[in-house]
Amino acid sequence: MIPYLALAAILFSIGLFGVMTRRNTIGILMSLELMFNAVNINFVTFNKYVVSDGLVGQIFAIFIVVIAAAEAVVGLAIVLLIYRNWKGIDTDHFTVMKW
Amino acid sequence: MIDFSSVADNFNVIYPELALLIGAFAVLLLGTVKRFAGLCTSVAGLTALIALWLAVDQFGTQQSGFFGMVTCDAFGSAFKIIFIAIAIVTMLIAHRFMIVKQIARPEFYALVLISTFGMIVMANTTDMIVMFLGLEIMSVPLYVLAGFARRSLQSNEAGIKYFVMGAFASAFLLMGIAFVFGASATTDLRRIVADFSYIIYHSGLYMYVGIALILVGFGFKIGMVPFHAWVPDVYQGAPTPVTAFFSAGPKAAGFAVLLRLFMFGFEGVAELSSIFWVLAVLTMTAGNVLALLQDNIKRMLAYSSIAHAGYILIAFAVGGEDALSAAIFYSIAYAIFNLGAFAVVVLLETRSGCRSDFSELAGLSKASPYLCAVLALFVFALTGFPPTIGFFGKFYLFSTAVKAGFIWLAVIGVLNSFVSVYYYLRVLKVSYFDRVEQPALSVSYTPAITLVLLITAAGTLGFGLFPQKLLEFAQSAVFAFL
Repeated sequence: MIPYLALAAILFSIGLFGVMTRRNTIGILMSLELMFNAVNINFVTFNKYVVSDGLVGQIFAIFIVVIAAAEAVVGLAIVLLIYRNWKGIDTDHFTVMKW
Repeated sequence: MIDFSSVADNFNVIYPELALLIGAFAVLLLGTVKRFAGLCTSVAGLTALIALWLAVDQFGTQQSGFFGMVTCDAFGSAFKIIFIAIAIVTMLIAHRFMIVKQIARPEFYALVLISTFGMIVMANTTDMIVMFLGLEIMSVPLYVLAGFARRSLQSNEAGIKYFVMGAFASAFLLMGIAFVFGASATTDLRRIVADFSYIIYHSGLYMYVGIALILVGFGFKIGMVPFHAWVPDVYQGAPTPVTAFFSAGPKAAGFAVLLRLFMFGFEGVAELSSIFWVLAVLTMTAGNVLALLQDNIKRMLAYSSIAHAGYILIAFAVGGEDALSAAIFYSIAYAIFNLGAFAVVVLLETRSGCRSDFSELAGLSKASPYLCAVLALFVFALTGFPPTIGFFGKFYLFSTAVKAGFIWLAVIGVLNSFVSVYYYLRVLKVSYFDRVEQPALSVSYTPAITLVLLITAAGTLGFGLFPQKLLEFAQSAVFAFL
């Protein structure tokens, strides 16, 4: 079980790092997907090794896939909107409001 | 095999939710036809009223359905009423503002209704899968709402910031749920509570990691320090009625789930009390101190909402039934006077060229004395002066803390309230005493917003003088699980 959890933890950390360091908004979206998929690996692993019967983990993973897709749709729509107004999608633009 | 013969009976548990959802889809359908687009507002308002009536009808009953996935207990049905009322008030506030700012689109009402549906789902379950689904149903429309003013750069920025932060928080929350699932082999809080000591003994590490990650995830959602950085930007950038909705609805929903998770599900973890002690102190202090520096009213109210979240976090540190009903009471009270304050800000912003800076308040007492008096009432409630509901809410919270022996926590809370006096009263100082060269623009009322002001003002003052009814409501809304 531990190798799978380690894989999930590494993926989650890569996603976390990506969200915090990427300048490009699409890059941030991709990193977020990575984090969600790390969670999926965790759920499926736990379901295989911990739960004796039942498919709760797998079902939750499918729900997460669906929700990640829905979030990506809204996220990309907002990114598109920003591209129209700013002619660019780098996070450097987002400084209209400060302290 | 699962027996599906009794599924039809389950639907009477979720009548208010169904009404909201049908209304939302009706609004979306009507919105596509130009000729009917004008009807959308009334349809949305009507369905919300029907949902409110159904929710009030349901209050006090204990129901469960959908194989234990939906648990409509007193706590959940109380929050149903709160969420729907907040949605109605938001729609009333928004109507005129959206037209003036030229962003009036039927989707707004559909999104508010769907988001409210999500809040109800997340408050009415003990299963973490359903909780998460409800959270996402609530959040995804909110990302759109934050960026609703498509041509405004500020609104775009609010949308993308809220989206990234929200999705980021969801990932943490999910990781937390995954670890709790790994430790307990179930996602149902009732089963976790039943086997709690066994779970901690056998896989305590996973459980602790999971609880910590869940706390981080919800910390983002309710704007808890140190996860509060997105709050001011999103509150300032989003269209003002949307900000009003943010500060009342999703916040109350976040607290509803947090209360259920940490005062019922993970109550057995003794260390949580001291963690919440630190978080409450950090949150209210940071919120109040940073609010002192603001020049924009919306931004000031954003920091003040962080501070108020800090006051509610006191209840988590204290624990127990009294603290729970104090937290519910304070959530309701905060929703009432905060929505009122935002209604005033919306009204001021519908004047041409106003961006809700403090300087725009100057001369308001001459131009519109009644509005200024109402604003004063809400400001007193935010500060916590008697005889408003804000005073009673704080009094109830702090007195439960003192009774349970958390004297320092109550002292820090009271000191924080003193700090907050400075920036809240600055609103009144500017509007009553600052000299102006040219008279302030007068505001034009609409029936909808006048109604909101009357209701919230009556609630702030009425429940402040006679808190008994609301107190009974909050006390009857503690968990009673099936």
